[in-house]
Amino acid sequence: MKYLDEFSDPGLARRLVDEIHAATTRPWAMMEVCGGQTHSIIRHGIDQLLPDGVEMIHGPGCPVCVTPLEIIDRALAIAARPGVVFCSFGDMLRVPGSGQDLFSVKSAGGDVRVVYSPLDALKIARDNPDKEVVFFGIGFETTAPANAMTVHQARRLGVRNFSLLVSHVLVPPAIAAIMESPTCRVQAFLAAGHVCSVMGTSQYPPLAEKYQVPVVVTGFEPLDILEGVRRTILQLEQGRHEVENAYPRAVRDEGNLPAMEMLRDVFEVTDRTWRGIGMIPDSGWRLSGRYAEFDAERRFDVAGIRTAESSLCRSGDVLQGLIKPHECAAFGKECTPRNPLGATMVSSEGACAAYFTYRRLELVDAK
Amino acid sequence: MGHGGGGAMSAELVEHLFLPAYGSAAAAELGDSAVVTVGEGTRLAFSTDSFVVKPMFFPGGSIGDLAVNGTVNDLAMSGATPLFMSSAFILQEGTALTDLGRIAQDMGAAARAAGVRLVTGDTKVVDSGSGDGVYVNTSGIGVIPAGVDIGPRRAAPGDAVLISGDIGVHGVAVMSCRDGLDFGTTVESDTAALHGLVAAMLATGADVHVLRDPTRGGVAASLNEIATASAVGVELIERDLPVPDTVRDACSLLGLDPLQVANEGKLLAIVPADCADRVLAALTAHPLGRRARRIGTCVTGHPGMVVARTGLGGTRVVGLPVGEQLPRIC
Repeated sequence: MKYLDEFSDPGLARRLVDEIHAATTRPWAMMEVCGGQTHSIIRHGIDQLLPDGVEMIHGPGCPVCVTPLEIIDRALAIAARPGVVFCSFGDMLRVPGSGQDLFSVKSAGGDVRVVYSPLDALKIARDNPDKEVVFFGIGFETTAPANAMTVHQARRLGVRNFSLLVSHVLVPPAIAAIMESPTCRVQAFLAAGHVCSVMGTSQYPPLAEKYQVPVVVTGFEPLDILEGVRRTILQLEQGRHEVENAYPRAVRDEGNLPAMEMLRDVFEVTDRTWRGIGMIPDSGWRLSGRYAEFDAERRFDVAGIRTAESSLCRSGDVLQGLIKPHECAAFGKECTPRNPLGATMVSSEGACAAYFTYRRLELVDAK
Repeated sequence: MGHGGGGAMSAELVEHLFLPAYGSAAAAELGDSAVVTVGEGTRLAFSTDSFVVKPMFFPGGSIGDLAVNGTVNDLAMSGATPLFMSSAFILQEGTALTDLGRIAQDMGAAARAAGVRLVTGDTKVVDSGSGDGVYVNTSGIGVIPAGVDIGPRRAAPGDAVLISGDIGVHGVAVMSCRDGLDFGTTVESDTAALHGLVAAMLATGADVHVLRDPTRGGVAASLNEIATASAVGVELIERDLPVPDTVRDACSLLGLDPLQVANEGKLLAIVPADCADRVLAALTAHPLGRRARRIGTCVTGHPGMVVARTGLGGTRVVGLPVGEQLPRIC
């Protein structure tokens, strides 16, 4: 990945920053959709380099953050059962459900394992035919193809002791929901490059047109983000609202066609609750009828579990860009990465965790 | 698990559970080793460490040489010459004697290379399923030369922060041989005994203020501990950090911060600014310090906090890792 060096070159970054400053004549508020972009912006101090009036609003694109509490509680219930091997990506282990997290289940004797790919979980299922192996399939359009491929493989290989706890969410309906909110301040979007590398860009022109907002598909390295901001500012200043691809090395307009075909086969669109935001119609995927036997919620009969959020946590307002993380009264007090009230504080890509981890200096100085 | 990760949770366990329970029986400066005085003013460094690394054998080393080098380094961070060590094993029933023999061979070789003697030990076996292979504890004693005063509270504003070489190598080496991870290249652990490197630094006559062996929790945890103990701020220049491509790529892939990844053959040195060049020259002249460099400065601002100046000119706080580092989803 040596080539990534070029995408954090300070000289090139300075030129882009100068161009952004030269182009900006008034305040603008734009939302970076993806948590990976938020993390990069805060980690590299990119927002500190922008003109004072240019505000980055941190969007809901952290898959860990928006996984609803009830799904996490269902995961906990499944993982605690004897004979179950519950497999997950690492950053889901510390996400609090109502009372505990997967680490707690593991400490109490549950067989909870961190894997790096859903295919690892499938291998565990094949190696342990006497166990029920469940993979926690969360995330946006980015992680969904691998999960779809794994379920497809499980059926093809006849692996009956594997199932998927699905909580996939989709970006375009979330953008629409944000724009429909009466308190919305977002004037433009940096779309998530990795999502578009799977799905292409065709879903965005209708949104740009309907809501009169520029949408710039943006990558994750510092220069990617600065280039996304530069193009967005130029559109805003010129009164344009187009879809631009500022991440052509990874994104083709038509997307990844084989991946999309696999997604259509394995998943179907469903209403989905987003943690902190609520139910957004047609904003998620569930296993299609053809693959229903691999649905962990059905297999373990946990679909009835319903839970309520902490009343102190304002992660929903953070996820919709209505407040900055440190404007929540619980930030850094009742709510820290050690004791997160909401998932925006627990995930490394959550806006609250990024502010707590990298920005305490200014927040202390400001007091 | 997080309580053993070397980050904030580990520190809280010591501060809120162990030290209050021990009360006046505890005397802890919370360095890598304790410094005790015996007889006619002879100062001994005394340290203990347990090793539970999984897998037991990894590219560049094993739990055996790690157990020796780890304790040698904890002693060396006080400026001590390591002399004697213990080795205690907790074995799970069913452990292969061939594995145990290989670990013992590695320990012997590492001890001979470090010039320490393994003088006492213990072995216990637990039921199958009660442990996880082989756990090793080593304790060590060394003598601190007269005139050497190295401790976590001695960092002062203006001091230079040096690192003896590439960071994050051991952590990535161990991760690379866990199930499901393949970085497409072999990363070898940097496990090594560092007392010779410390001796070379002290031979310059420099008044070395602080030495740390940034193992669990990485450079971030060590510098935060120093900043807190000395009530100074630490300012790092991110572009000066020696992060090998393999480590950076692996961390990028997993969403980890190289500053928080474990090292086993590196040291951090805090030295007065006017000694920095000669200490750095001594480090780079030693085989284990060829890639040493200055990475930052102790400052009066933001006491107790480590701040990095990013490559783009912004700043970010470098915090203690909370517990175990968790690979991210995407």
